[in-house]
Amino acid sequence: MKQLFALLSGILFGLGLILSGMSDPAKVLNFLDVFGRWDPSLALVMGGAIAVTAPGLALLRRGRVRPWFDTTFRIPTRRDIDARLLSGATLFGVGWGLGGFCPGPALTALPMAAAGTLVFLPFMLGGMWLARHVPDDLTRSAKGAA
Amino acid sequence: METEFTPWASLAGGLMIGAAAVLLMASNGRIAGISGLTSRVFARGTDGEARGVSALFVLGLVLAMPLWALVAGGFPQQWVPSNLAQMAVAGGLVGFGAVLGNGCTSGHGVCGISRGSGRSIVATATFMAAAFVTVYLLRHGIGG
Repeated sequence: MKQLFALLSGILFGLGLILSGMSDPAKVLNFLDVFGRWDPSLALVMGGAIAVTAPGLALLRRGRVRPWFDTTFRIPTRRDIDARLLSGATLFGVGWGLGGFCPGPALTALPMAAAGTLVFLPFMLGGMWLARHVPDDLTRSAKGAA
Repeated sequence: METEFTPWASLAGGLMIGAAAVLLMASNGRIAGISGLTSRVFARGTDGEARGVSALFVLGLVLAMPLWALVAGGFPQQWVPSNLAQMAVAGGLVGFGAVLGNGCTSGHGVCGISRGSGRSIVATATFMAAAFVTVYLLRHGIGG
């Protein structure tokens, strides 16, 4: 059951990305182009998503001790703002501004098979693989050594 | 490339994205962070069940497009930058940055902000600022 619901969540998420315009890099880049062809639509995507997710997650955690088909809610607990968070977010933002794709929309756009998408995706997966294998202590040991 | 302001479609799409995030948490107890789920599909340390669930979520994202095309009778409007070297660099940065920073637009921008996570608020402000600056420089700075 949990597998079925993971698939359904993915489909619903993807349909939301398409309807909202997120799977069209032109809309994303115009949203980011405040001083040019600004298209504010995507602010409503984020606002709409948060308007459902915030109360939804809060109600779930108040009303239940565990998910329907699993044993625990896996909620991130870290609170520290570290160099990995800031450098990762910066690199991500530059890439997002260059390509107009973040990971979800790029995956959803795959079946349309635009050349740019077909190049973007393998490099995205490669980048993810690489970051997964950057040792955790790289940034921490640098801090410890200082 | 001009695009039209689409407040209602974008709002409705956003509501669906939020519903999907709540559905994944309700059923599986997992945050709908796409960079986390995607990278877990092929990361070494992932256990079999997490790998399967993550792979199915990602499969759902990909299947959404053919389903949409079936119902709507065609693909939606789309324009993807055609400079392939730029798209390669963009993809590499997006993938590497999202995993290094523990999240992307979905994990930090939607789920994290919804939980009131300080880390996610800082990450979202940072990547939005970096993206605004990048587009500004591309369109009005160096190239524009």
